[in-house]
Amino acid sequence: MKKEFNTIASLVEKKSKVLDVGCGDGELMKYINENITNDIRGLEISKSNVQKCVAKGLTVIEGDAEKDLKQFPNSSFDYVILSQTLQAFLDPENVISELLRVGKKAIVTIPNFGYWKVRIHLLLRGTMPITKDLPNEWYNTPNLHMCTIKDFVNYCNKKNIKINSKNLSYKNLFSQLGIFVIEK
Amino acid sequence: MNDIKKVKKLIIDKPLKLDCGQTISNFPLAYETYGKLNDKKDNAILAFHALTGDQFASGVNPITNKEGWWNYLIGPGKAIDTQKYFVICANVIGGCMGSYGPSNINPKTNKNFGTEFPVITINDMVNAQYHLLEFFKIKKLFSVLGGSMGGMQVLQFVSNFPNKSETAIPIACTHSHSAQNIALNELGRQSIMADHNWANGFYEENSKSPDKGLAVARMAAHITYLSKKGLQEKFGRKLQERDDLKFGFDADFQIESYLRHQGSVFVDRFDANSYLYITRAMDYFDLSKQFDGNLSKAFEKTNTKFFIISFTSDWLYPTSENREIVIALNSIGKDVGFAEITSDKGHDSFLLNVPDFLNTIKNFLNTSYNKLNEKRI
Repeated sequence: MKKEFNTIASLVEKKSKVLDVGCGDGELMKYINENITNDIRGLEISKSNVQKCVAKGLTVIEGDAEKDLKQFPNSSFDYVILSQTLQAFLDPENVISELLRVGKKAIVTIPNFGYWKVRIHLLLRGTMPITKDLPNEWYNTPNLHMCTIKDFVNYCNKKNIKINSKNLSYKNLFSQLGIFVIEK
Repeated sequence: MNDIKKVKKLIIDKPLKLDCGQTISNFPLAYETYGKLNDKKDNAILAFHALTGDQFASGVNPITNKEGWWNYLIGPGKAIDTQKYFVICANVIGGCMGSYGPSNINPKTNKNFGTEFPVITINDMVNAQYHLLEFFKIKKLFSVLGGSMGGMQVLQFVSNFPNKSETAIPIACTHSHSAQNIALNELGRQSIMADHNWANGFYEENSKSPDKGLAVARMAAHITYLSKKGLQEKFGRKLQERDDLKFGFDADFQIESYLRHQGSVFVDRFDANSYLYITRAMDYFDLSKQFDGNLSKAFEKTNTKFFIISFTSDWLYPTSENREIVIALNSIGKDVGFAEITSDKGHDSFLLNVPDFLNTIKNFLNTSYNKLNEKRI
């Protein structure tokens, strides 16, 4: 399992109610389901991933986070998880506000465009950075809205969204991935 | 045709008040079972059939000698493994495979009911089948499932009996019959009623049945069960046993010949009046209307775990209508899964060998069953 998933799982309280938005093949859901809370379900757009989740015995709803979050009532989950998909949405601002409406808390992870290797790649090579977390070329990347950890924290501050922003400059330089718990 | 009197029947002696206001009692409900009910009685699945289905979901139908309509799904070693689960399937009331319907004898006249049979609804069908739980002494079913009109029965069942099934799988259905659905059913009914042999529904006393009308109804309906792409790939403009057009009205095209065949074999196994009654029941189905237009209210009291399935090429009960059920359940925080299965086979996909569909049901049922048993340990 990805190291990222361990960190996310450690942020979820036992026996809480969880929605994993863009749950992929269900690896994270499965881990949380077996170790933390069995009140978890996923929303996933890819048909083959939906099949993989069903095969794992997970509750999954085929759907598009940009359209289908609106069917859930306000604060209907203790946690809503969004793992590394925020940058791929057409309208990430709307998705964030929906996450915070549906969940009492949201756990959001983003690939950090401020990571030092990314900065050096762009500075020295002058081409769009390609790293382990950003493996695609500019012409085939699904990522439409890349940001840095600092960008995301600034955005939350601007919108009065509660976020932990300790050691911001350090993290922005040395973390490949930002993992945040945010709430209204 | 073999003797329909020999099919298994439960005589329901308790009176059943129908939505139309009439009360029926001492009426037969024909059913069939597959597999074995275990000692804990926790492995029972009630399958609901669609418009022209019957209780013979698996194995061989002894009346028609054809394979059961859900043979791909139900049977030993299949997605619903009858070595593990006990599957019950009943012929709906209004039907013509042994259950109480318009071809039964009206005790008042000693003739067939014909159109004097009361109009029945999906709610009535489900309430009649509920007696099977008492008959088999099953406190709680493991699952209820069905496609098309069978899916409507699933929704109505969970709404009427919120704690009587652990899981529910409505497939390719709707919570409210649309104008297009009603229009297509009306086409079929008018075709039957336009046949002189129909005789206002009292054709059995003339020993002439409205076969032409019923066959046309089936032909029209059959088109709605397939997709344009599926039809094009299977038939295209291929000609039927001829090299060129004949400039007449014989079946020049294979698709014409295919539909005529579908119509003609259908009349051998189905009763025209049952077709009228069952399509009417579908048209009257509007679960949200039963709850002041709020579908979520239909499921407020239930803890049943749902999995809803639709098909990409189904234009009769499209994904959007199935998704409305998902939304209604999500909006009140119920446990619901949903998958749209890719298939070119149209609405009929739920009856066919579509591996993703069969696997979805298999995985959902097996993991749900395991979880229930873990809880008990």
